[in-house]
Amino acid sequence: MDRKTVFKVRDIVFYYGKNRALDNLSLTIEQGKFYGIVGPNGCGKTTFLDLLVRNRTPKSGTIKYLGRDIKGYIRRNLAKEIALVPQDFYINFPFSVKEIVLMGRHPHIPRFASPSTEDLKIVDEIMEKMEINRFKDKYITELSGGEKQRVVFARALAQDTPVLILDEGTSNMDIQYTLNILDIVADGVGLKKRTVIAALHNLNLAAAYCDELIFMKFGRIASEGDIDEVLNEQNIKDVFKVDSRIYFDHYSNSKQVVFKRGASV
Amino acid sequence: MKKDEFVPSTSMGVGGQTLLLAVLLFIVVIASTGMGYIKITPFEVIRIIVSKITGNHELLNGIDTIFPYVVSEVRLPRILTSAIVGAGLAIAGTIFQGILLNPLADPYTLGISAGAAFGASIALLLDITSLGIYSVPLFAFIGAVATLFAVMSLSSFNGQASSHTLILSGIIVAAILSAGISFLKYVADEQVSIIIFWLMGSFGSKTWADVFLTLVFVLIGFLICIFFARDLNIMSLGDRSAGSLGIETNKVRVILLVTASLITAICVSVSGIIGFVGLIIPHLMRFFVGPDNRRLIPASALVGAALLLSADTITRAVLPREIPIGVLTALIGGPFFCYIFRKRRIGRTDG
Repeated sequence: MDRKTVFKVRDIVFYYGKNRALDNLSLTIEQGKFYGIVGPNGCGKTTFLDLLVRNRTPKSGTIKYLGRDIKGYIRRNLAKEIALVPQDFYINFPFSVKEIVLMGRHPHIPRFASPSTEDLKIVDEIMEKMEINRFKDKYITELSGGEKQRVVFARALAQDTPVLILDEGTSNMDIQYTLNILDIVADGVGLKKRTVIAALHNLNLAAAYCDELIFMKFGRIASEGDIDEVLNEQNIKDVFKVDSRIYFDHYSNSKQVVFKRGASV
Repeated sequence: MKKDEFVPSTSMGVGGQTLLLAVLLFIVVIASTGMGYIKITPFEVIRIIVSKITGNHELLNGIDTIFPYVVSEVRLPRILTSAIVGAGLAIAGTIFQGILLNPLADPYTLGISAGAAFGASIALLLDITSLGIYSVPLFAFIGAVATLFAVMSLSSFNGQASSHTLILSGIIVAAILSAGISFLKYVADEQVSIIIFWLMGSFGSKTWADVFLTLVFVLIGFLICIFFARDLNIMSLGDRSAGSLGIETNKVRVILLVTASLITAICVSVSGIIGFVGLIIPHLMRFFVGPDNRRLIPASALVGAALLLSADTITRAVLPREIPIGVLTALIGGPFFCYIFRKRRIGRTDG
């Protein structure tokens, strides 16, 4: 079965001042798959994801979304297509949890209009699923780091987009909520043919959830492809400079990576 | 006043609140107009105002003939100017706090007030009157906008300005500008007293021209801010999230910063430097109505108007000797600010 191409990225280059953050990067993202992006700190993951949501513009090269240059979209319409869960979730004003999640409906609500019953229903469902219902009237400024991150995640899910981009979206959550959220996201991929692109640090979570894996290094793609093919000891050594062993684990029904002390090369 | 019920933006919630605060402001205006060396009852004040508007002179029967003159030519221009300036400073403060994602920011943090004061000081020093009453406002606005762009270009890297670097740049530029103002005072000779009194702030001898000048600009500014109020809400999620939610963050930021600077410049130019209104009012109102800018901006504007007018009435009609309004707001607002600042720090639970 041929899958629809969601993103077609061709030869993008991006600089911070004189530092080349992305170096002729090309990639094709297909609909209905869970993509994981892994790579060492500072390899350009966040920058790349920012370019996909058009928070930044590449110096050269093109990004096409559904066959059309991303620059040609009205920003608001793009927000109905692609949602982002950022790494940072610092909010300084005492909005209630429900108000924050409702902000995810922003691109769907016309200026000066009140949220529709449909909007409020979606917000309620997501807060239920994310198990943040019990503190929905609390102020975001009163929550712990992990709770805040779940709220910010719920906000992105409320946006209800075909494409979801996670930039370390689970870094502050405990394992229970991490699995809860990745399950919700993976369900969206399986049932609703959504596309997820997630920058992840945990290789074993990537192995358990992702269909495709992208290794990044120095602003380039080191290797990419089906997770069973590219998740191997050589690639991990090339990108992270550590030795590892990989085996198939029957409990998780996925490949798992293990390390040992002093394996940093 | 905790909000237990969730009212996102229903017209009833915002409307009822705004109406309540508008009534409060109206009462303060009427009461202030009656206060002063000549006492006039609130009922007489209303009769005089209604007769002025409708042209019905029968309403004035039984009222001292000097009263209508006192009300409409002496007190109302001053009272309305101080109310509009109070509203303007509170709106500007709300916007700066929202954009800088910092509940402690205000027109001073960005150096905008200092820029406006510097521009106005030059106009006063050189005694520029070729544009009539618009000379000082024009110079204040040029000063404010020039400062805004200096601060923004100083703080932006790769075309993006973070709120921390904005505040730092604002403080640096403000320090340079206050040295500049000191220099202007030093070379001003006999003009120096005009500059000093103007800088301390006063609503004395304001005319209807001042009322209309401030009203037009503050009203336009208010409408622009309300138009972008929801975008400003979303921007408190941070630039990356706001961008992914379809907000043109850079565009909205520039529009709102220029608008708030314009409002600040107009206020500074008619009344001198009046501190703490832009800082405290939004902070206080956020506590009562929440951080949603669609409610916060109108509420801050109305309460800012009522409070600055009350302060001006205290110095005009209550205190034995009139003290500059800028000094009074700093004397009341400063300690009050220290109090809420401490309370906020102690009350913090995260971290």
